[in-house]
Parts: sequence; C-alpha cells; structure tokens
Amino acid sequence: MDALSYLLVGLTAVLLVGVAAVLLRPSRRRGGGHGRGEHARVAPTRPDAADLISPQAPDATGAAEPAAPGRTGGVVPAGPAGPAGPVERGEPAERAGVLERPAPPAGRMVRLRDRLARSRSSLGRGLLTLISRDRLDEATWEAIEDALLAADVGVGPTGELVRALRTRLRVSGAADPQAARQALREELLALLAPELDRSLSVQRHEGRPAVVLVVGVNGTGKTTSVGKLARVLVAENKDVLLGAADTFRAAAADQLQTWGERVGVPTVRGAEGADPASVAFEALRAGTEAEVDVVVVDTAGRLQNKTGLMDELAKVKRVLTRGGPVDEVLLVLDATTGQNGLVQARVFSEVVDVTGIVLTKLDGTAKGGIVIAVQRELGVPVKLVGLGEGPDDLAPFDPRAFVDALLD
Amino acid sequence: MFETLSDRLAATFKGLRGKGRLSEEDVEATCRDIRIALLEADVALPVVREFVAAVRQRALGAEVSAALNPAQQVIKIVNEELVGVLGGQTRRVRLAKTAPTVIMLVGLQGSGKTTLAGKLARWFSAQGHQPLLVAADLQRPNAVTQLQVVGERAGVPVFAPQPGNGVGDPVQVARASIEHARTKMRDVVLIDTAGRLGIDSQMMAQAADIRAAVEPDEVLFVLDAMVGQDAVNTAQAFLDGVDFSGVVLTKLDGDARGGAALSVREITGRPIMFASNGEKLEDFDVFHPDRMASRILGMGDVLSLIETAERTFDIEQAAKMAAKLQRGDGFSLEDFLHQMEQVRKMGSLSKILGMLPGMGAMREQIESIDEREVDRVAAIIKSMTPAERSDPRILNGSRRARIARGAGVAVSDVNGLVDRFGQAQKMMRQLGKGGLSGLGALPGMPGLGGGPGGRGRGGKGKSPDKKGKAGRSGNPAKRAMQEQARAGTAGTAGTAGTAFELPAELKDLLPPGS
Repeated sequence: MDALSYLLVGLTAVLLVGVAAVLLRPSRRRGGGHGRGEHARVAPTRPDAADLISPQAPDATGAAEPAAPGRTGGVVPAGPAGPAGPVERGEPAERAGVLERPAPPAGRMVRLRDRLARSRSSLGRGLLTLISRDRLDEATWEAIEDALLAADVGVGPTGELVRALRTRLRVSGAADPQAARQALREELLALLAPELDRSLSVQRHEGRPAVVLVVGVNGTGKTTSVGKLARVLVAENKDVLLGAADTFRAAAADQLQTWGERVGVPTVRGAEGADPASVAFEALRAGTEAEVDVVVVDTAGRLQNKTGLMDELAKVKRVLTRGGPVDEVLLVLDATTGQNGLVQARVFSEVVDVTGIVLTKLDGTAKGGIVIAVQRELGVPVKLVGLGEGPDDLAPFDPRAFVDALLD
Repeated sequence: MFETLSDRLAATFKGLRGKGRLSEEDVEATCRDIRIALLEADVALPVVREFVAAVRQRALGAEVSAALNPAQQVIKIVNEELVGVLGGQTRRVRLAKTAPTVIMLVGLQGSGKTTLAGKLARWFSAQGHQPLLVAADLQRPNAVTQLQVVGERAGVPVFAPQPGNGVGDPVQVARASIEHARTKMRDVVLIDTAGRLGIDSQMMAQAADIRAAVEPDEVLFVLDAMVGQDAVNTAQAFLDGVDFSGVVLTKLDGDARGGAALSVREITGRPIMFASNGEKLEDFDVFHPDRMASRILGMGDVLSLIETAERTFDIEQAAKMAAKLQRGDGFSLEDFLHQMEQVRKMGSLSKILGMLPGMGAMREQIESIDEREVDRVAAIIKSMTPAERSDPRILNGSRRARIARGAGVAVSDVNGLVDRFGQAQKMMRQLGKGGLSGLGALPGMPGLGGGPGGRGRGGKGKSPDKKGKAGRSGNPAKRAMQEQARAGTAGTAGTAGTAFELPAELKDLLPPGS
C-alpha cells in the first residue's frame, strides 16, 4: 500500500511544482531566467514524420514493387537493378562484380589485434609495468586502480580486482614479474567472465528464420552494426533479411539498405514515422516466406529513460515473438560510454531481455571497461566487438585474445 | 549502494550530526566520497584529482557555518566549485563581421552532429538568420540523405553537391559551400562533418583541412553526455587536431550524469555553449552550468523538472487548477486523474520524483514504485461516475464494490485511494487558504500521505498482482522511516515552491536534511 501513498505524495508534489511553475512564470522571466521560448506546449510524442517525407524513399532500383495498400513494409530488393519480386535475391551470380564478398568472421579478432593493441597499450602495458615493479607500495596500487578507473571499469569492479590482485601477490610473495604477469592476466580474464556463452544463436528453426533484434541508445552504431552483422552472416553462407524498424531517424532505412545492397541482402522497410512493430512484423513475414535463415531487425535509438519509447520497443519484441521466441536481442553499447552504460544495460534487459552485447568503437582510445560491470551485474556476455570503420571490422568477441592483446 | 554524493555524504556524516564544523578528518573522509561520486558521474580521473584537491583546500579553510551541517557545507562547496569550473566564461556564438558566419561541427561517430546541425539551423532561423546546412559527411552511408531530411524538417536549405557514401571530397564541398552561401544570401553556414576518432590521423587531417579551407568562426565539438573517461583523450585529440572553440553536450535528456562536461571544460578550457536534450529539433538550449553541476552531483534538478512540467503541462489547465486551489474548493478526483495523466506524460514517475531534491534518502522506495500503480489508480477513478469523481463522499459500500469490480481491484484498494485522496484534498485546501506563498508552510503539514500503519491494505490476498511489488510496510522500522521520508517529501515540495523567487537560496537548501 505504501507505493500508493508515495504515488499520491509524489504526484501532489510534482503537481504543485507544475502549478507553481505556470503561475510564477512571468516573474521568473522577468528575473532574467532562461525562458525556453514559446514552445512550452510540445506534445511528448515524436513528430509524425510521415507527412514531411514521402513514404517511399528514393529507390535506386526504380523497380520497387508498389506497396500494397494496408501494408506498411515494402521489401526493397537487394542489389542494383534487382527484380521486382518481393524478396528475391539480387541475382548474386551475375552481379558478382558489384556484390562484395565479406571476409570470414573467424579469426577476425586476431587479425584486428594490432588495432586493439594500439588503443589499449596504455592500459595493458601500464598495468604490466606497474605490477612488475620490485616493490608494490601503496602508490603503485593506487596507480593500478587509477588505470582501471580510467578505462571506465567503474569504482566497484576496480576495487575488487585490486583487492584480488593484492591478496594473490601477497601470498605468492616475491615480486616475480612473470608471476605478477600471470596473476594480472588471470584476474583480467576472470573480470571478463570467459565462461559465458558468446555464440550467436542464428540457426534457422523448423519452418521459420532465426530472429535477431538489435537495440540501443542513440548514436551507438546500431544500424552500422546490423549492416556489419549481415556481412558476418553472409560470410557464413546464411540467407539474411534485414528489417529497418528504425522509422524515426532521418534516412536510417536508407543507411541500412545501402549496407544490405553491398552484400545482396534484401531490406524490408516501412514509411518514415510508421509503427516500427509493423515493419518488424513485415520483415519477419517476408523472411518466413522467403525461407531465409536469419532476420535481423534494426531499431531506432532510444534513451533508456524514455518510457514511451521503451514501451514501443517492447511492442516490437512482442510482435516478433509471434512466430516463436526471438533468438538474439543484441544491445549495442558504445565503448566510450561511461557509467551510464550499466543503467542502459539494466533497463534494456528489463524491457526486452538482452541476450548479448555488441561493443562498438573499440578502435578508438576508449577501453569499454563498462562492459565488465555489465557482464557481472546482468550476466549478459559481450558477443561482438566493433573494431573499426571498415565493413568487416565486426568480430566475435574472444576474451582470451582480448586480454592477450591487452598485455602484449 | 549509494547513488549520489548527497547520499554518500549524509552517510559519512551520520555520526557527526550536530557537530557543526569540519575537522580535518571529516574533510579527508568526505574527499574520498567526493572522488567516488565524481568518478561514478564519469568525470575524468585527472580532473577528479585536481577538483578534489581544490575542494579539500576550501573545505579546510571554510568558515564554520551556523546554518548548514557539515554535509551540506561540503556539498555547497562542491557545488560552487563545479559551477565555477563549468560556468567560467560562457559566451554567445561569435558571428562574423562580414557574412557568412561559418560554423563547423566535429566529433566522434554517433555523438549527434547531424541532428545538432538541424537544431542549430532551426535556432539560427528563429533568431532571424538565414542558415545553410552543408553536408560534408561523405563517409557514413546516407548521412547526406539524413541531413537533407533534417534540413527539410528545420525548413533550411541543404547544400549537398556530393552523394556521399564514401564518394566525394568533403574539403571541396565545404569550400564550395561558402561561395554558394554568398550567392544565395545565406548568412550562417553550418558544416556537418563525418564522425571521426581522435586517433584516426587521416581523418583528423581531413578535418583540419576543412577548417583551413573555410576558416570557420566557430568550431563546435559535439560530445555525447554519456561518454566516460575517454572524454579527456577525445577532447584533447580534437583540440590538437582541429582546435575547437566551443563544446556542445548532446543527449542530456538521458539519465547519464554527464561528468564529461566537467572533464572537457577543465582539460581544454573551451566553454560549453549549448546543450541538446531531446530528439525533436527544438530540444536545444544554451548551457546552464548550475543545472549541470546539480546533475553531476546527482542532486535534484528542480529547474529541469520545472521545464519538463512547463513543456508537458497544459498551461490553461494548470492555471485553472491553481485558481481552484486558491479558491480552496473542490480539488476533485477528476482533477487528480487529469494531473496524474499530465505527470505521466513527463516520463517515468520514479524519474520525476528523483528530480526532486531531497529524494535521495528515499531512493530505494522510489525505485520500488510500481509504475503500473498509476494505471491502477487511474482505472479506479475511471470506474467512477462523474458525480462520484467530484464528490467522493457519496461513495457508499455498494458503489465501492461496483468501482472495485469495474477497475479489477479489491474494495480495499478503492478505500485506500479514497482515504488518501481525502488527505490530499485537505492539504490542498490548506494550501489554497494560504495562497501559493503558503507553499513554504508545507513542511509543517503532518503526515501528508497518512500513516501507513493505520491504513494498511485489508484485502492483500485479493490482489495478487500487487503483492510484493507494492507491499513494503511489513517492517515497522521501515514503515517509520518511510513515514519520515514522506514528511520530507512534503518539505521538499515546499522548498521547490518557494525557490522560484530565490533560485540562489535553493542551492543551499538542496542537500537533504536526512
């Protein structure tokens, strides 16, 4: 019953603030306050973009099938000059010169290791230098702590790692650099939870495709990751279909379609401002009809504290589960994200039950240490990492290779 | 788990209550708390160190204040320091003496440059300028298309001679755009560039080339408020690479603390000029250092709350409401329902309550609030007839039973709501008598929500969906605490009300008295 009391109290409080705000507006204005202009009455809903943008985006092929009335999603055939059939593959054999052949995903992490090493040298090597010192005094431990904190690992996990290392090295006694190095490697690996299953479940089911839903806040690289993921799947000889359920951001569907066209993957898209759930469903339907192996659905970026948008996302997921459970829900996290990443992961997990994390922009100076906290708190493993702007720079995450790259 | 600095400090000073002055040990203890709080707000480590040192210096030499307890005193110092660093020298956009004014946007991928370009364009249009958007992001697939759409929404022409998607030379585009702007009589040129990493020397060189080609009056570094420790490296790289003149913080409508703002300000010395806080083109504002400071510290952000309220609340309705309050008559369930729906529009309830200062102590309770409780209350009210809504006193047993059936709840839930509403109504009436200046008298109002002990839900078993989520009053100690906290809520609502005339005073009142 207490929740109700709070509710009433809280509502009243907020209400008072609201009323007072309105009443006292003039005086605040006069007082040189920061008036927000005359747009105080903006509805909290997203603007309906549909009337601003022509529903059918410019289609390079010019042969897109006319969207049947009552259908929001239109399948845009992949490949240049693709035929008008709804989900026909864009004649890959003839057009091989145009279609790109993505690199196989296996071993990408190793191939991209130098890029990783470049960005991480400061952390890994710094730690190694520190821990190999003859005497591990307070200042050294503090420096180690700082190095971890600077990698966005967070106050909690950092404290634990340092404590664990201290205990270990105190037991092993002498400052043997080799032993210290081994201890550091093991502790770092333990932080990354290597026991978690990091494989993508993208096996086609009996009579229906596997479904992958990609979610995240704005600007983390969802659309790019979907595009790259499509390439990974194509490289594994899978039939892929993309669903552009980001109907909000300008030209997001175009961006996705461009990615798809490069590897001959069709994209299902809806009108801008259309209900993303309908586009997602349309993608699933088209994918089931065309008997593809995997349907990957891209969603609009949304900040986790916008309840309306999170409800919308829950609906997208709900619609996708009509055929059967969604196989993967991937949360795209930006490596530059700080402690808010944990909040993001928590809220998205509550709403759509995230099964894996894609950590993007790891090729910069950012360390992405927040995933440690995320993995530990939510038990959701990092499954893919984005290591650059190249189309084949999305690699399956391998904690061992990662730690090795860190310390080498 | 402590969420905010004020919570932390409150805990540290628990044993020191009443001492009223800061000893050296107190300062040391608090410095560690401040450090952790800042780190958790993503303030960069070197900046944290400097900042804490500065605070320690000030706290040690601080005058003993009669009005503030130690925790409040420390928070006041921290807050002032923060505002000092963040505020520094805020300034307006420099406009060129001879048109066009050239503004170039740079930043990491996904920081929000293209969207910001649209917002800036709209902002300049609103100020009577004739902006031109320039699509110099030829890297990301369909970035040009995105800018064109954004331009259309903002009603601003877009100069996009190159199709993008890796084709074309952005330097050329930028150079040509200036000429284009001159011939088309546009006086502000906004150049949207591709996102780039600080360590990508090739792309940084390109940005520098664009800069050299167009000699912009302002180079704005667009920074995501969610960014962590890397903000320092990135900002430094961009400072060295292109040398920006101002910073724009984006995605402030999220719930990240935005400590990066402090880091960048401190490391680069460049002012933060704008804050972008929403997905719509008008969600854009000049930067307010004081609000950012409160946000970094996790203190209630009353001003933002007010703005959100202003934006969502129906002005006329609210005015009517206020008039009603002042008359002191019927604040009906209908009004309550309406207000509740308005508040709902502002976002999740726990978020809104979290914005109120002093709610830190009750964070746990706030987080345990079941958002669907609002829906249930709404369902109950909607199951009433208009007559019942305007005068709940006519609710007899059979009416209550009908309402409960209609709303799918137990009769006791209906009773609970009616009881509580009666309390709220009484309070409103008192408020109304004193006028709005009476808001300050609120803290004296005892037991706003009513004592939970006497009003426990009778039919717990009958509403299984509510059990566990809402039931929190099992423990008498906790109940007492909650009650106390509730009284605190009423108090904060009062301070919030009076604060409109005295925003400076508000700062000092912000720390919770718990």
